[in-house]
Amino acid sequence: MTLRDLINKLLGRETASANTARERLQLVLAHDRVDMSSLSTDLLDKMRKEILDVVAKYVEIDFDEVAVSLETENRMTALVANLPIKRTLSGEIQLKKNEKKNK
Amino acid sequence: MAKTNRTILICSGKGGVGKTTLTANLGIALANTGASTAVLDADFGLRNLDLLLGLENRIIYTAQDVLDKNCRLDQALVRHKQEPNLALLPAGDPRMLDWMKPEDMKTISNLLSEKFEYVLIDCPAGVEDGFKNALAASKEAIVVTNPELSAVRDADRVVGILNTCDINPIQLVVNRVRPTMMANQEMLSIEDVTSILSLPLLGIVLEDEKVIISTNRGEPLTLSSKKSPASKCYLNISQRLIGEDVPVIDPNKTNKSFKDKFIKLMQTKIF
Repeated sequence: MTLRDLINKLLGRETASANTARERLQLVLAHDRVDMSSLSTDLLDKMRKEILDVVAKYVEIDFDEVAVSLETENRMTALVANLPIKRTLSGEIQLKKNEKKNK
Repeated sequence: MAKTNRTILICSGKGGVGKTTLTANLGIALANTGASTAVLDADFGLRNLDLLLGLENRIIYTAQDVLDKNCRLDQALVRHKQEPNLALLPAGDPRMLDWMKPEDMKTISNLLSEKFEYVLIDCPAGVEDGFKNALAASKEAIVVTNPELSAVRDADRVVGILNTCDINPIQLVVNRVRPTMMANQEMLSIEDVTSILSLPLLGIVLEDEKVIISTNRGEPLTLSSKKSPASKCYLNISQRLIGEDVPVIDPNKTNKSFKDKFIKLMQTKIF
Protein backbone atom coordinates (compact mmCIF):
# COMPACT_ATOMS: atom_id res chain seq x y z
CA MET A 1 0.00 0.00 0.00
CA THR A 2 1.28 3.45 -0.83
CA LEU A 3 0.91 6.68 1.12
CA ARG A 4 -1.71 7.75 -1.42
CA ASP A 5 -3.74 4.59 -0.89
CA LEU A 6 -3.69 5.13 2.88
CA ILE A 7 -4.89 8.72 2.63
CA ASN A 8 -7.59 7.68 0.16
CA LYS A 9 -8.74 4.99 2.53
CA LEU A 10 -8.84 7.36 5.50
CA LEU A 11 -10.87 9.83 3.47
CA GLY A 12 -13.14 7.09 2.16
CA ARG A 13 -12.17 7.79 -1.47
CA GLU A 14 -11.88 5.27 -4.27
CA THR A 15 -8.44 3.74 -4.83
CA ALA A 16 -6.39 4.77 -7.87
CA SER A 17 -7.74 3.34 -11.11
CA ALA A 18 -4.45 1.80 -12.23
CA ASN A 19 -4.86 -0.87 -9.55
CA THR A 20 -8.33 -1.68 -10.81
CA ALA A 21 -7.01 -1.77 -14.37
CA ARG A 22 -4.21 -4.14 -13.45
CA GLU A 23 -6.54 -6.53 -11.64
CA ARG A 24 -9.15 -6.55 -14.40
CA LEU A 25 -6.49 -7.06 -17.03
CA GLN A 26 -4.88 -9.98 -15.24
CA LEU A 27 -8.25 -11.65 -14.87
CA VAL A 28 -9.28 -11.20 -18.49
CA LEU A 29 -5.90 -12.35 -19.78
CA ALA A 30 -6.03 -15.49 -17.68
CA HIS A 31 -9.16 -16.38 -19.62
CA ASP A 32 -7.90 -15.20 -23.01
CA ARG A 33 -4.70 -17.15 -22.79
CA VAL A 34 -6.51 -20.41 -22.24
CA ASP A 35 -9.30 -19.62 -24.69
CA MET A 36 -6.81 -19.35 -27.50
CA SER A 37 -8.16 -22.03 -29.79
CA SER A 38 -4.72 -22.76 -31.18
CA LEU A 39 -3.63 -24.19 -27.83
CA SER A 40 -6.79 -26.03 -26.90
CA THR A 41 -6.86 -28.14 -30.06
CA ASP A 42 -3.94 -28.67 -32.42
CA LEU A 43 -1.14 -27.65 -30.13
CA LEU A 44 -2.45 -29.58 -27.16
CA ASP A 45 -2.76 -32.69 -29.33
CA LYS A 46 0.78 -32.34 -30.59
CA MET A 47 2.06 -31.76 -27.07
CA ARG A 48 0.16 -34.80 -25.78
CA LYS A 49 1.78 -37.02 -28.40
CA GLU A 50 5.27 -35.74 -27.68
CA ILE A 51 4.85 -36.14 -23.92
CA LEU A 52 3.62 -39.71 -24.39
CA ASP A 53 6.54 -40.53 -26.67
CA VAL A 54 9.01 -39.39 -24.04
CA VAL A 55 7.30 -41.18 -21.16
CA ALA A 56 6.86 -44.37 -23.19
CA LYS A 57 10.63 -44.57 -23.55
CA TYR A 58 10.93 -45.34 -19.84
CA VAL A 59 7.66 -46.91 -18.73
CA GLU A 60 4.81 -48.79 -20.33
CA ILE A 61 1.69 -46.61 -20.28
CA ASP A 62 -1.91 -47.66 -20.44
CA PHE A 63 -2.77 -45.67 -23.55
CA ASP A 64 -6.53 -46.15 -23.17
CA GLU A 65 -6.58 -44.38 -19.82
CA VAL A 66 -4.35 -41.44 -20.71
CA ALA A 67 -5.84 -37.98 -20.05
CA VAL A 68 -4.09 -34.69 -20.81
CA SER A 69 -5.96 -31.44 -20.25
CA LEU A 70 -5.66 -27.81 -19.30
CA GLU A 71 -7.21 -26.78 -16.02
CA THR A 72 -7.65 -23.24 -14.79
CA GLU A 73 -8.04 -22.38 -11.16
CA ASN A 74 -7.38 -19.15 -9.27
CA ARG A 75 -6.02 -17.39 -12.38
CA MET A 76 -3.42 -20.14 -12.84
CA THR A 77 -3.59 -22.52 -15.76
CA ALA A 78 -2.03 -25.93 -15.36
CA LEU A 79 -1.36 -28.76 -17.76
CA VAL A 80 -2.69 -31.86 -16.07
CA ALA A 81 -1.60 -35.24 -17.40
CA ASN A 82 -2.80 -38.53 -16.02
CA LEU A 83 -0.67 -41.35 -17.41
CA PRO A 84 -1.39 -44.72 -15.76
CA ILE A 85 1.74 -46.87 -15.73
CA LYS A 86 1.39 -50.59 -16.47
CA ARG A 87 4.94 -51.48 -15.60
CA THR A 88 8.40 -50.04 -15.73
CA LEU A 89 10.74 -51.09 -18.46
CA SER A 90 13.84 -52.56 -16.89
CA GLY A 91 16.72 -50.13 -16.79
CA GLU A 92 19.17 -52.80 -17.92
CA ILE A 93 17.27 -53.56 -21.10
CA GLN A 94 17.27 -49.87 -21.99
CA LEU A 95 21.00 -49.56 -21.36
CA LYS A 96 21.81 -52.61 -23.47
CA LYS A 97 19.72 -51.24 -26.34
CA ASN A 98 21.59 -47.98 -26.17
CA GLU A 99 24.95 -49.72 -26.15
CA LYS A 100 24.04 -51.65 -29.28
CA LYS A 101 22.99 -48.45 -30.99
CA ASN A 102 26.25 -46.75 -30.08
CA LYS A 103 28.24 -49.58 -31.62
CA MET B 1 25.05 -5.95 -50.70
CA ALA B 2 23.49 -4.93 -47.44
CA LYS B 3 25.43 -5.71 -44.25
CA THR B 4 22.63 -5.89 -41.74
CA ASN B 5 19.53 -7.60 -42.95
CA ARG B 6 16.56 -7.23 -40.68
CA THR B 7 12.88 -7.58 -41.49
CA ILE B 8 10.84 -6.22 -38.62
CA LEU B 9 7.08 -6.48 -38.20
CA ILE B 10 5.42 -3.57 -36.40
CA CYS B 11 2.13 -4.82 -34.98
CA SER B 12 -0.32 -4.21 -32.15
CA GLY B 13 -3.57 -6.10 -32.48
CA LYS B 14 -5.70 -3.09 -31.64
CA GLY B 15 -5.99 -0.28 -34.15
CA GLY B 16 -5.02 3.32 -33.46
CA VAL B 17 -2.26 2.68 -30.95
CA GLY B 18 0.46 4.16 -33.15
CA LYS B 19 1.86 1.43 -35.42
CA THR B 20 2.00 3.56 -38.52
CA THR B 21 3.38 6.60 -36.69
CA LEU B 22 6.10 4.43 -35.17
CA THR B 23 6.91 2.88 -38.56
CA ALA B 24 7.24 6.29 -40.21
CA ASN B 25 9.37 7.81 -37.46
CA LEU B 26 11.53 4.76 -36.98
CA GLY B 27 12.02 4.55 -40.75
CA ILE B 28 13.28 8.13 -40.90
CA ALA B 29 15.45 7.67 -37.80
CA LEU B 30 17.10 4.50 -39.12
CA ALA B 31 17.64 6.01 -42.56
CA ASN B 32 19.18 9.01 -40.84
CA THR B 33 21.92 6.81 -39.37
CA GLY B 34 22.93 6.01 -42.94
CA ALA B 35 21.27 2.60 -43.10
CA SER B 36 19.25 1.89 -46.21
CA THR B 37 15.70 1.43 -45.00
CA ALA B 38 12.44 0.38 -46.60
CA VAL B 39 8.99 0.74 -45.08
CA LEU B 40 6.33 -1.58 -46.42
CA ASP B 41 2.67 -0.74 -45.94
CA ALA B 42 1.05 -4.12 -45.33
CA ASP B 43 -2.25 -2.54 -44.38
CA PHE B 44 -3.99 -2.97 -47.73
CA GLY B 45 -7.46 -2.31 -46.36
CA LEU B 46 -6.70 1.00 -44.68
CA ARG B 47 -3.38 2.28 -45.89
CA ASN B 48 -1.96 5.39 -44.26
CA LEU B 49 1.80 5.12 -44.17
CA ASP B 50 2.09 7.18 -47.38
CA LEU B 51 0.18 10.02 -45.70
CA LEU B 52 2.33 10.10 -42.57
CA LEU B 53 5.46 10.25 -44.70
CA GLY B 54 3.96 12.92 -46.97
CA LEU B 55 4.44 10.71 -50.03
CA GLU B 56 0.80 10.20 -51.03
CA ASN B 57 1.09 12.25 -54.21
CA ARG B 58 4.14 10.46 -55.52
CA ILE B 59 2.76 6.93 -55.69
CA ILE B 60 2.72 5.49 -59.19
CA TYR B 61 2.95 1.74 -58.70
CA THR B 62 2.16 -0.37 -55.62
CA ALA B 63 3.11 -3.71 -54.10
CA GLN B 64 0.37 -5.22 -56.25
CA ASP B 65 2.06 -4.10 -59.47
CA VAL B 66 5.33 -5.62 -58.28
CA LEU B 67 3.61 -8.95 -57.63
CA ASP B 68 1.78 -8.83 -60.97
CA LYS B 69 5.11 -7.98 -62.64
CA ASN B 70 3.62 -4.80 -64.08
CA CYS B 71 6.74 -3.01 -62.93
CA ARG B 72 10.13 -3.57 -61.33
CA LEU B 73 10.55 -3.16 -57.59
CA ASP B 74 12.58 0.03 -57.92
CA GLN B 75 9.83 1.59 -60.04
CA ALA B 76 7.30 1.03 -57.27
CA LEU B 77 9.56 2.28 -54.47
CA VAL B 78 8.97 5.89 -53.48
CA ARG B 79 12.15 7.58 -52.25
CA HIS B 80 11.77 10.15 -49.50
CA LYS B 81 12.97 13.54 -50.71
CA GLN B 82 14.59 14.80 -47.51
CA GLU B 83 15.83 11.38 -46.41
CA PRO B 84 16.98 9.55 -49.55
CA ASN B 85 18.00 6.44 -47.56
CA LEU B 86 14.32 5.78 -46.94
CA ALA B 87 11.95 4.23 -49.46
CA LEU B 88 8.27 3.37 -49.20
CA LEU B 89 6.64 0.43 -50.93
CA PRO B 90 2.96 1.46 -51.01
CA ALA B 91 0.10 -0.92 -50.32
CA GLY B 92 -2.04 -2.06 -53.23
CA ASP B 93 -5.80 -1.62 -53.30
CA PRO B 94 -8.09 -3.34 -50.76
CA ARG B 95 -9.15 -6.00 -53.27
CA MET B 96 -5.71 -7.54 -52.87
CA LEU B 97 -6.92 -8.90 -49.54
CA ASP B 98 -9.11 -11.39 -51.41
CA TRP B 99 -6.31 -13.26 -53.11
CA MET B 100 -3.17 -12.32 -51.23
CA LYS B 101 -1.37 -15.24 -49.59
CA PRO B 102 1.48 -15.38 -47.04
CA GLU B 103 3.78 -16.46 -49.90
CA ASP B 104 3.04 -13.24 -51.82
CA MET B 105 4.04 -11.19 -48.82
CA LYS B 106 7.20 -13.28 -48.46
CA THR B 107 8.07 -12.62 -52.09
CA ILE B 108 7.79 -8.87 -51.56
CA SER B 109 9.77 -8.82 -48.33
CA ASN B 110 12.51 -11.01 -49.84
CA LEU B 111 12.83 -8.59 -52.74
CA LEU B 112 13.12 -5.72 -50.28
CA SER B 113 15.62 -7.39 -47.98
CA GLU B 114 17.97 -7.98 -50.91
CA LYS B 115 18.27 -4.23 -51.31
CA PHE B 116 17.78 -2.78 -47.85
CA GLU B 117 19.42 -3.22 -44.47
CA TYR B 118 16.18 -2.57 -42.60
CA VAL B 119 12.72 -3.51 -43.78
CA LEU B 120 9.90 -2.28 -41.52
CA ILE B 121 6.50 -3.84 -42.16
CA ASP B 122 3.54 -1.75 -41.03
CA CYS B 123 1.04 -4.42 -40.05
CA PRO B 124 -2.75 -4.03 -40.26
CA ALA B 125 -4.78 -4.10 -37.04
CA GLY B 126 -6.51 -7.31 -36.06
CA VAL B 127 -5.32 -10.91 -36.01
CA GLU B 128 -6.88 -12.01 -39.31
CA ASP B 129 -5.43 -12.76 -42.75
CA GLY B 130 -3.81 -9.35 -43.25
CA PHE B 131 -1.86 -9.80 -40.05
CA LYS B 132 -0.95 -13.39 -40.83
CA ASN B 133 0.36 -12.43 -44.29
CA ALA B 134 2.54 -9.72 -42.83
CA LEU B 135 3.70 -12.11 -40.12
CA ALA B 136 4.84 -14.71 -42.64
CA ALA B 137 7.18 -12.19 -44.19
CA SER B 138 8.86 -11.11 -40.94
CA LYS B 139 11.74 -12.36 -38.86
CA GLU B 140 11.43 -10.17 -35.79
CA ALA B 141 8.67 -8.04 -34.33
CA ILE B 142 7.95 -4.89 -32.39
CA VAL B 143 4.64 -4.98 -30.52
CA VAL B 144 3.18 -1.50 -29.96
CA THR B 145 0.67 -0.92 -27.19
CA ASN B 146 -0.81 1.87 -25.09
CA PRO B 147 -0.96 1.73 -21.31
CA GLU B 148 -4.66 0.92 -21.34
CA LEU B 149 -6.72 -2.22 -20.90
CA SER B 150 -7.98 -2.89 -24.41
CA ALA B 151 -4.65 -2.23 -26.11
CA VAL B 152 -2.72 -4.49 -23.71
CA ARG B 153 -5.28 -7.23 -24.02
CA ASP B 154 -5.10 -7.21 -27.82
CA ALA B 155 -1.32 -7.04 -27.70
CA ASP B 156 -1.34 -10.19 -25.56
CA ARG B 157 -3.32 -11.98 -28.27
CA VAL B 158 -0.78 -10.94 -30.87
CA VAL B 159 2.14 -12.03 -28.69
CA GLY B 160 0.48 -15.42 -28.29
CA ILE B 161 0.42 -15.84 -32.07
CA LEU B 162 3.94 -14.47 -32.59
CA ASN B 163 5.27 -16.95 -30.05
CA THR B 164 4.08 -19.87 -32.15
CA CYS B 165 5.62 -18.49 -35.36
CA ASP B 166 9.36 -18.50 -34.90
CA ILE B 167 9.61 -14.72 -34.64
CA ASN B 168 12.59 -13.57 -32.63
CA PRO B 169 13.17 -11.21 -30.91
CA ILE B 170 9.75 -9.83 -30.00
CA GLN B 171 10.17 -6.44 -28.36
CA LEU B 172 7.72 -4.02 -26.77
CA VAL B 173 7.08 -0.31 -27.34
CA VAL B 174 4.68 1.41 -24.95
CA ASN B 175 3.19 4.37 -26.81
CA ARG B 176 1.30 7.47 -25.59
CA VAL B 177 2.81 7.43 -22.12
CA ARG B 178 1.56 10.15 -19.75
CA PRO B 179 4.08 10.38 -16.88
CA THR B 180 1.86 12.44 -14.59
CA MET B 181 -1.08 10.09 -14.88
CA MET B 182 1.23 7.17 -14.25
CA ALA B 183 2.71 8.86 -11.22
CA ASN B 184 -0.83 9.46 -9.95
CA GLN B 185 -1.52 5.76 -10.49
CA GLU B 186 -4.37 6.59 -12.80
CA MET B 187 -2.70 4.77 -15.69
CA LEU B 188 -1.05 1.35 -15.98
CA SER B 189 2.69 1.80 -15.39
CA ILE B 190 5.41 0.73 -17.82
CA GLU B 191 6.35 -2.05 -15.38
CA ASP B 192 2.72 -3.24 -15.30
CA VAL B 193 2.61 -3.50 -19.08
CA THR B 194 6.01 -5.17 -19.53
CA SER B 195 5.40 -7.69 -16.76
CA ILE B 196 1.90 -8.57 -17.95
CA LEU B 197 3.04 -9.12 -21.54
CA SER B 198 6.43 -10.48 -20.40
CA LEU B 199 8.30 -8.90 -23.29
CA PRO B 200 11.61 -7.02 -23.26
CA LEU B 201 11.03 -3.26 -23.42
CA LEU B 202 12.49 -1.67 -26.53
CA GLY B 203 11.27 1.79 -25.62
CA ILE B 204 8.48 4.15 -24.66
CA VAL B 205 6.94 7.11 -26.49
CA LEU B 206 5.66 10.06 -24.50
CA GLU B 207 2.26 11.53 -25.33
CA ASP B 208 2.99 14.55 -27.49
CA GLU B 209 0.67 16.96 -29.33
CA LYS B 210 3.38 17.47 -31.92
CA VAL B 211 2.57 14.01 -33.29
CA ILE B 212 -0.76 15.33 -34.58
CA ILE B 213 0.86 18.44 -36.03
CA SER B 214 3.47 16.36 -37.81
CA THR B 215 0.78 14.11 -39.26
CA ASN B 216 -1.06 17.17 -40.54
CA ARG B 217 2.05 18.24 -42.38
CA GLY B 218 3.14 14.78 -43.53
CA GLU B 219 6.57 15.27 -41.94
CA PRO B 220 7.52 12.65 -39.34
CA LEU B 221 8.75 14.19 -36.08
CA THR B 222 12.15 12.55 -36.34
CA LEU B 223 12.62 14.62 -39.48
CA SER B 224 11.05 17.97 -38.65
CA SER B 225 11.29 18.53 -34.89
CA LYS B 226 13.94 16.31 -33.43
CA LYS B 227 13.75 17.94 -30.01
CA SER B 228 10.11 17.29 -29.24
CA PRO B 229 9.46 14.74 -26.46
CA ALA B 230 8.02 12.05 -28.73
CA SER B 231 10.76 12.54 -31.29
CA LYS B 232 13.44 11.98 -28.65
CA CYS B 233 11.68 8.74 -27.77
CA TYR B 234 11.58 7.58 -31.39
CA LEU B 235 15.28 8.33 -31.77
CA ASN B 236 15.99 6.42 -28.55
CA ILE B 237 14.06 3.44 -29.89
CA SER B 238 15.97 3.49 -33.18
CA GLN B 239 19.29 3.58 -31.31
CA ARG B 240 18.28 0.64 -29.16
CA LEU B 241 17.00 -1.22 -32.21
CA ILE B 242 20.34 -1.01 -34.02
CA GLY B 243 22.04 -2.29 -30.89
CA GLU B 244 23.43 0.84 -29.24
CA ASP B 245 23.78 0.50 -25.50
CA VAL B 246 21.46 3.32 -24.37
CA PRO B 247 18.84 3.08 -21.61
CA VAL B 248 15.11 3.42 -22.24
CA ILE B 249 13.92 7.00 -21.72
CA ASP B 250 12.71 7.43 -18.15
CA PRO B 251 9.24 9.01 -18.20
CA ASN B 252 9.69 10.40 -14.70
CA LYS B 253 12.77 12.39 -15.61
CA THR B 254 10.55 15.00 -17.21
CA ASN B 255 8.93 15.60 -13.82
CA LYS B 256 10.83 18.20 -11.88
CA SER B 257 8.25 20.59 -10.41
CA PHE B 258 7.25 20.67 -6.75
CA LYS B 259 3.92 19.09 -7.60
CA ASP B 260 5.65 16.15 -9.23
CA LYS B 261 7.89 15.68 -6.21
CA PHE B 262 4.82 15.64 -4.03
CA ILE B 263 3.21 13.04 -6.28
CA LYS B 264 6.35 10.94 -5.98
CA LEU B 265 6.20 11.19 -2.17
CA MET B 266 2.63 9.92 -2.27
CA GLN B 267 3.80 6.83 -4.15
CA THR B 268 6.10 5.82 -1.30
CA LYS B 269 5.28 2.33 -0.18
CA ILE B 270 4.45 2.35 3.53
CA PHE B 271 3.54 -1.30 3.99
